[in-house]
Amino acid sequence: MDAFINDRQNSILTKGKDNAAIACGKASVAGSVSQRACVFCGSRVVLYPIADALHLIHGPVGCAAYTWDIRGSLSSGPQIHRLSFTTDLKEKEVVFGGEERLYKALISLIDTYKPKGAFVYATCIVGVIGDDVEAVCRRVTREKGIDVIPVMSEGFNGTKKDGYKIACGALSKLIGTDTSFEAPEHSINILGDFNLAGELWMLAEYYKKMGVNLVAAMTGDGRVDDIRKAHKAQLNVVQCSGSMIGLAKEMKEKYGIPFMKVSYFGIEDMSDALYEVAKFFKSEEMMEKARKLVTEEISKLLPQLAQYREKLEGKKAAIYVGGAFKAISLVKALRLLGMKTVVVGSQTGNVDDYNLLKDMCDDGTIICDDSNPNELSEFVKQTGADLFIGGVKERPIAYKLGLGFCDHNHERKEALAGYEGMLNFAKEVYASVCSPVWQFMK
Amino acid sequence: MFENAPIIKSTKEFTATRNACKLCAPLGASVAFKGIRGCVPIIHGSQGCATYIRRYLISHFKEPVDIASSNFTEEATVFGGGANCDRAITNVIGQYNPEVVALTTTCLSETIGDDVKMYIHDYKKNSELKDLPAFVTASTPSYQGSHMDGFHEAVGAAIKAFAKGGEKGTHINIFPGFVSTEDLRQLKYLLSDFGIEFVMLPDYSETLDNPIWNTYKRIPEGGTPVSAIETCGRAAASIEFGTILNSGALSGRVKNTKLSATGAEYLEKEFEVKNYRMPLPIGVKNTDRFFNVLEEISGKEMPIRYLTERGRLIDSYADGHKYIFGKKAVVYGEEDFVVAMTTFLDEIGVEVVLAATGGESGNLEDQIRANCPERGEQILAKNMFDYEKIREWCQENKPDLLVGNSKAYYIARELDIPIVRCGFPIHDRIGGQRIKHLGYAGTQDLFDQVVNTMIQYKQDHSPVGYKYM
Repeated sequence: MDAFINDRQNSILTKGKDNAAIACGKASVAGSVSQRACVFCGSRVVLYPIADALHLIHGPVGCAAYTWDIRGSLSSGPQIHRLSFTTDLKEKEVVFGGEERLYKALISLIDTYKPKGAFVYATCIVGVIGDDVEAVCRRVTREKGIDVIPVMSEGFNGTKKDGYKIACGALSKLIGTDTSFEAPEHSINILGDFNLAGELWMLAEYYKKMGVNLVAAMTGDGRVDDIRKAHKAQLNVVQCSGSMIGLAKEMKEKYGIPFMKVSYFGIEDMSDALYEVAKFFKSEEMMEKARKLVTEEISKLLPQLAQYREKLEGKKAAIYVGGAFKAISLVKALRLLGMKTVVVGSQTGNVDDYNLLKDMCDDGTIICDDSNPNELSEFVKQTGADLFIGGVKERPIAYKLGLGFCDHNHERKEALAGYEGMLNFAKEVYASVCSPVWQFMK
Repeated sequence: MFENAPIIKSTKEFTATRNACKLCAPLGASVAFKGIRGCVPIIHGSQGCATYIRRYLISHFKEPVDIASSNFTEEATVFGGGANCDRAITNVIGQYNPEVVALTTTCLSETIGDDVKMYIHDYKKNSELKDLPAFVTASTPSYQGSHMDGFHEAVGAAIKAFAKGGEKGTHINIFPGFVSTEDLRQLKYLLSDFGIEFVMLPDYSETLDNPIWNTYKRIPEGGTPVSAIETCGRAAASIEFGTILNSGALSGRVKNTKLSATGAEYLEKEFEVKNYRMPLPIGVKNTDRFFNVLEEISGKEMPIRYLTERGRLIDSYADGHKYIFGKKAVVYGEEDFVVAMTTFLDEIGVEVVLAATGGESGNLEDQIRANCPERGEQILAKNMFDYEKIREWCQENKPDLLVGNSKAYYIARELDIPIVRCGFPIHDRIGGQRIKHLGYAGTQDLFDQVVNTMIQYKQDHSPVGYKYM
């Protein structure tokens, strides 16, 4: 492992060899080709799926251009979120200020697209040039009668995780603003699912079958008016805990809504996510429905998985994803396919996540936080992985080295959550690992 | 199930850019620096800049694209990014052992007034390392111009940093602009076939389009060596593709309204290397122009192979002309690309109705008039356009064809207009980096694609599944 960055040694450990806790949750090291983005990115990805809101990025063109339609978050109705709006600041505004331009942009966009609310993202230079984004937002809120919420997500102001927090803060401003709504019994909010490839719709359907009502999804297929009502739900079910746990905690404090952490990836975690909700509502009827659903789905799924497991048994996988909670589910899901995890890491995991991963994995598994292409390629080589699970930025590393790849990031086009998702996952892993093309690359 | 975006009849004046038809300057600079051998670019700004740009490039090139970041924190923003810059350089050297470290600035580092040149100067002075890499830095705030301005800024910066004068040689410099990796390879074959010695800058034909690897290469092979860039000042001539180049960077300037010289301009001024500036050689006319210059510089005749390619291309123009004559096309993308594509479509009888770019030079209209003398007046040429403006325009004017990168696919889909994908980026197909545009061979590919796209559209929409065209 020569020529890695010294400062990063404590962020890499090998199970069975290193006993110290992993260093994580820190800013990336300068000069590292980190796979993370910035604070703005964290905020942007969390709020992005709110489909009837205007998302205006206040800054020069880049931040908006690179995040245009970046997530595969589907909407069942409005599509405003898929447009990329920016104030496209020039040197003139950098010198004389961009508030007027921001104001005009907001007015013309709101008049045209008639959104239910608006988020204004402040990028790096906005704070530096001294624009009072909050004041402009207040003014437009007054004039247009919709909530215009500043998202102060200057890129340098922490890590991507801090961006999540800021996004949660923005959501929190909306929550509780619909005071007339009364939720039906057995109501939940789903937090941290972004409806990639329609996954939220699948989950909502499962819960519906159990008799559970969905008040607000944050933020997959999200709507401003639903979020306003979210304080009336009886339970918050939180996935992708990295991004949304802060909001869940805040809602517990403010509105007394308890929350539970779940994952929808893999059979075990998906089933638990249903059972736990039934348990929470203390309804035997609901539990019975959940059992029936799970039994039905699993009896359909398992025979179909068998053929893939046969081909994949004993193969080795490397995982590098955004959040460590997802990585934990993936380790289990891979196990169901007979596969072993040899490398696992994430951009934003915390100590608890990594400890859990350490407990779950076999000796020799490499665990890493905020890794980079040099490290990842080296780990893959050392461990002889056959599959890499990651996002767009990891894909070429896998392909260049001649191993299979599964896109488990927000660009995916196939649903990977739920039971159907588990089958898709198996199919995708199989299609990549067992392709004959690798014979030319050994 | 899905609602479409609202139909906006009157194109109202927006202060916002909606689906930008341009990217920011550090992206272009990073691509250009990737074309120098052994070079690792560092983006001096927040972590997101490097990651977003990498992701955007990876989705097009389908290659690992390592770009480091100096990873600004709040502290760096308040007290200056010098310490981060230093640490980034040290860590990049430690990990990559690069021949060249290239720094590009961002809106953030420029706004707080970081002096990267000074940081490098100090770094060199204070470093205990024996063999330091070469350094080059480009000033690329994203509030000045687009990615193309960043690209040309970086090329110019590399020339200014490394080119040396001296006794004139017989080799030439070629500045191809932002073209595909396949285009770069084609240019190299072509110049070799001509028997011309050359330095091409940048040359990311390998670095951003490598073959499969046995072991992971921290720095991909290929690129123009610094030793070659040094000889640029002694070249017999420069050929520079593009006539608009970095002039968009002037837009919205307050502090400094002087335009940086392009690499070729600088060489002409500093070392009297004659510069042949011309549009990208797409289409017969513009490729002829390129070959004429090569003949003039080298004193050699066009190799027979290219004469035959040219003949075959014109032969195919005859075979395909009817299917495209009078079809109304919208061309969009980078300014020099739009000028060249429009000129090509004009010469084959496709009526370009809108030529649009997010670029900000204000010269697009002039260049299109100059290159399409007969029909140029009728072409609506628009600087500072975005995709939503293009979409609204298409809704009203119903063109037959879209020609440009993959980002207008959503317009093509919504309005059922066929699209010919070319240029940058191609995010929804494989092989975008291998699309040929330049020369007779590139034009041949484009021509076939334009004609076949129109035939397929007709075939798909015909009640009869006809078998002959």
